[in-house]
Amino acid sequence: MTAQADVRQHPSGSTDGAESKDPQPTPATPAAPPSGTGWTAVCPLAKLQPERGVCALVDGEPVAVFRTHDDRLFALHNVDPFSRASVLSRGIVGDLGGTAVVASPLHKQHFALESGVALEDSDVVVATYPVRVVDGTVEVGSP
Amino acid sequence: MNARTVVVVGHGMVGHRFVESLRRLDTDDAWKIVVLAEENRPAYDRVALSSYVGDASAEDLTLDEHSDPLVELHLDEPVTAVDLAARTVRTAKGRDVAYDELVVATGSVPFVPPVPGRDLDNVFVYRTLEDLDGLRAAAEKAVSTAGAGRRAGVVVGGGLLGLEAANALRQLGLSPHVVEMAPRLMPVQVDEGGGALLARLVSELGLRVHTGVSTSSIAKDHRGGLTVTLSDGTELDASVVVFSAGIRPADSLAREVGLEVGERGGVLVDERCRTSDEHVWAIGEVAAVKGRTYGLVAPGYAMAEVVAERLTGGDGRFTEADLSTKLKLLGVDVASFGDAHAATAGALEVTLNDPVAGTYSKLVVSDDAQTLLGGILVGDASNYETLRGFLGEKLPGDPMSLIAPAGDGAVGVGIDALPDGAQICSCNAVTKGALVAAIASGEATTVPQLKACTRAGTTCGSCVPTLGKVLASCGVEVSKALCEHFSQSRAELYEIVMATGLQTFSEIIGQYGTGRGCDICKPAVASMLATLAGGHVLDGESAVLQDTNDHFLANMQRNGTYSVVPRLPGGEVTPEGLIAIGSVAKDFGLYTKITGGQRIDMFGARVDDLPKIWQRLVDAGFESGHAYGKSLRTVKSCVGTDWCRYGVQDSVGLAVALELRYRGLRSPHKLKSGVSGCARECAEARSKDFGIIATETGWNLYLGGNGGFTPRHAELIASDLDTTTLVRTIDRFLMFYIRTADRLQRTAPWIEALEGGIDHLRDVIMEDSLGICASLDEQMARHVEGYADEWAAVLADPDKLERFTSFVNAPGTPDPTIEFVDHLGRRVPAGMKDGQPTDLAALGLGGVPITDGARIPMGAPA
Repeated sequence: MTAQADVRQHPSGSTDGAESKDPQPTPATPAAPPSGTGWTAVCPLAKLQPERGVCALVDGEPVAVFRTHDDRLFALHNVDPFSRASVLSRGIVGDLGGTAVVASPLHKQHFALESGVALEDSDVVVATYPVRVVDGTVEVGSP
Repeated sequence: MNARTVVVVGHGMVGHRFVESLRRLDTDDAWKIVVLAEENRPAYDRVALSSYVGDASAEDLTLDEHSDPLVELHLDEPVTAVDLAARTVRTAKGRDVAYDELVVATGSVPFVPPVPGRDLDNVFVYRTLEDLDGLRAAAEKAVSTAGAGRRAGVVVGGGLLGLEAANALRQLGLSPHVVEMAPRLMPVQVDEGGGALLARLVSELGLRVHTGVSTSSIAKDHRGGLTVTLSDGTELDASVVVFSAGIRPADSLAREVGLEVGERGGVLVDERCRTSDEHVWAIGEVAAVKGRTYGLVAPGYAMAEVVAERLTGGDGRFTEADLSTKLKLLGVDVASFGDAHAATAGALEVTLNDPVAGTYSKLVVSDDAQTLLGGILVGDASNYETLRGFLGEKLPGDPMSLIAPAGDGAVGVGIDALPDGAQICSCNAVTKGALVAAIASGEATTVPQLKACTRAGTTCGSCVPTLGKVLASCGVEVSKALCEHFSQSRAELYEIVMATGLQTFSEIIGQYGTGRGCDICKPAVASMLATLAGGHVLDGESAVLQDTNDHFLANMQRNGTYSVVPRLPGGEVTPEGLIAIGSVAKDFGLYTKITGGQRIDMFGARVDDLPKIWQRLVDAGFESGHAYGKSLRTVKSCVGTDWCRYGVQDSVGLAVALELRYRGLRSPHKLKSGVSGCARECAEARSKDFGIIATETGWNLYLGGNGGFTPRHAELIASDLDTTTLVRTIDRFLMFYIRTADRLQRTAPWIEALEGGIDHLRDVIMEDSLGICASLDEQMARHVEGYADEWAAVLADPDKLERFTSFVNAPGTPDPTIEFVDHLGRRVPAGMKDGQPTDLAALGLGGVPITDGARIPMGAPA
């Protein structure tokens, strides 16, 4: 299960490009219907504040999308497996022992952004999604 | 299991300890314990009796309950007769109880010398909570007619307890006199030099000391007061008289049944604490061990242990008693330990008397000046625990160097130098070796753990600072690092941010930390920046630092929805306000509940609805209640003089003013307050971080209370404050707390952790002992001036509003994971957790609507 896409690895991924784009919060493609396969637009990269997440609807599933300070993007299923509430996108992003993590806002378990594995219990894993930037728009792929 | 029965007569501190010790040692449950007590309340901490005059309640003083099926406690049922041959006792209720072993722990009764007039009204003894209730009532009556300090109280007896009684009278607003027959105060504990200094120091604090005289008579005067005539002809006018002229063993029962008694009273026992009857034991103040009685709790505890050991097959012996004493009277330290009066043959005395500094120290050493035998400290007893640890041991240096002031050739004595056998806690006979063992085994790494597993510091508490030193000497370093990104403590980091003026987390972690931060340091720094740099919590980079509650300015509940709490200052709300809140809750399908802080909480709000809800609330005149923040929550109040026939001050007015003053103040943890309009305390102010209780002439301020996991009553810091002084004191308390507390440390543990506790806090915020009050005042003034409603600001800012959406790529689509169900008429999150609420149907409550009105709305938001 590979999950994480580095913005800088993607040919069309560019923060500079994104920032000159439309400042409105509306995504590049309007309210995403389930697309089955392929990619779902989330929002302009410029709207994604570093070290904070947003939640997007991808094929009917809530997906948390995070941007780290070094402009890497990550996508995890938004449901916190411990509390079963759809809240991970609202957690605090940081690092523990050098691993980029998000802390569940409910009971503060930490999930590695790259693998979705819970640091407190490696048996608990959140599904991860591929993520990329196309023409300044963040897109999440089907898992 | 055929348990045998031990009957304990008396439930004072020693009786209580015996029960605890026996239950601890009796691992086979061989003994059933029946306690027959004379008082109508369970054992309480008589050592701390005087604090009952201050801010302690009877509940505060009550010792831990014996929660054990093998212990029966019968209050208000004294033993009236014992049949030694049949081994039964008869109680005042006419009940016969058979015993296998009988433990007499009846304690003592106050000795009242045969002074004419000792039976008059307003003449008291100082022994029980009831005595203090009577004393308080009489003192309050005198003070209410004449004013504080205008009427006198006379204490007969200038020993330890007499001085405590004098202090109590002073706290009750009377001007105290102390009459002592001996030529000096505390004759048992201190010598002439120490006594002279003690008399001078307490006189400076308003006590009038009469030594070398006795009390000849007490008579009513024509104004309803008392006239106390002393043996030298002096006449003192007094409203109350308190006898504290010593105690006598309560041995009448033992005498009646024919147990042998000591020459000077007390039930005669041997080293095993066994009386002349082999099945009867005596412990505590009633026991005369080889003829000698002891009026302190530590020897009593030791006797309790001895008998508990004996009943469980051990061979405990009561050999020698530690009569060490340390107390602080009216702020004056007095300590005495070992052979304080140099009674040992050939003993040498090394004395240092500094009348300028107001300190007197004496060490008693063996004839070769090598071994410490005892000592007396007056004015400054900070070395007491360490010096006492050397009792009977070889001294590490020249005796004078141990009591010389620091910086004057003093070597000082460290914990390291103490031998393992040194007793650190004399109340519970815990040695340094026992503490070190508990630390080495990993059982204890903190002072509270050390207290729990060794009992050290759990009685009088004077050795608690030493426990910390023992931990430190064992190399236990409690890391104060905030988290893996900052090696500094929160207080240190606050200092740094304050001194450098840095305003962003990136700069702070870049210069003073490592890595990118986490869910611990980010909100902590955000909170610091809120009180130092000001600005909106969602401005710029600050927004990403906030916990979800602060990020969405609402409280996340277990299904990811939020609850909304508008501010109702002082708990006041208009009918229009209630209607507005009600209509918002109805329109958005919110479950409503009254909070403990006199507000209304609305549950189940979706993140998309928060701005719409708040627009309605702001339009109706409400503002953020900061229920989501580590910040001031509420100032609860009673109705005070507005409505209540008992109220003496405007508690609602003060509560509203305080809530408006401190609203929005970010702090290390949540802050709660309460204001009560009279001593009946309906606002439960003493369970708050800062609680205010009205008096006839002003306000009493209590600090450091909380409910929650470890409930605690707030402690009185100052009485009868005018409103300006009150507010200034609270300002400084809050700012000092914000600057120096640990993350998520509430005010109670913060005060506990301050060296010197509430007294130190009083020095800092009322006497400006650190010279920081101007800065604290200035910082609070900036907060008050800079306050703006966070929700109004969000509603006016499209950028900030953008975050309030469930799906960034599908605005307006409700979160399908959020569902509600009806549970007994309540709207609750659906299927989130296993083990949903208990089956209340068994109580006949299933399905019954919780109000008579319309059912709580269950539909989707309108």
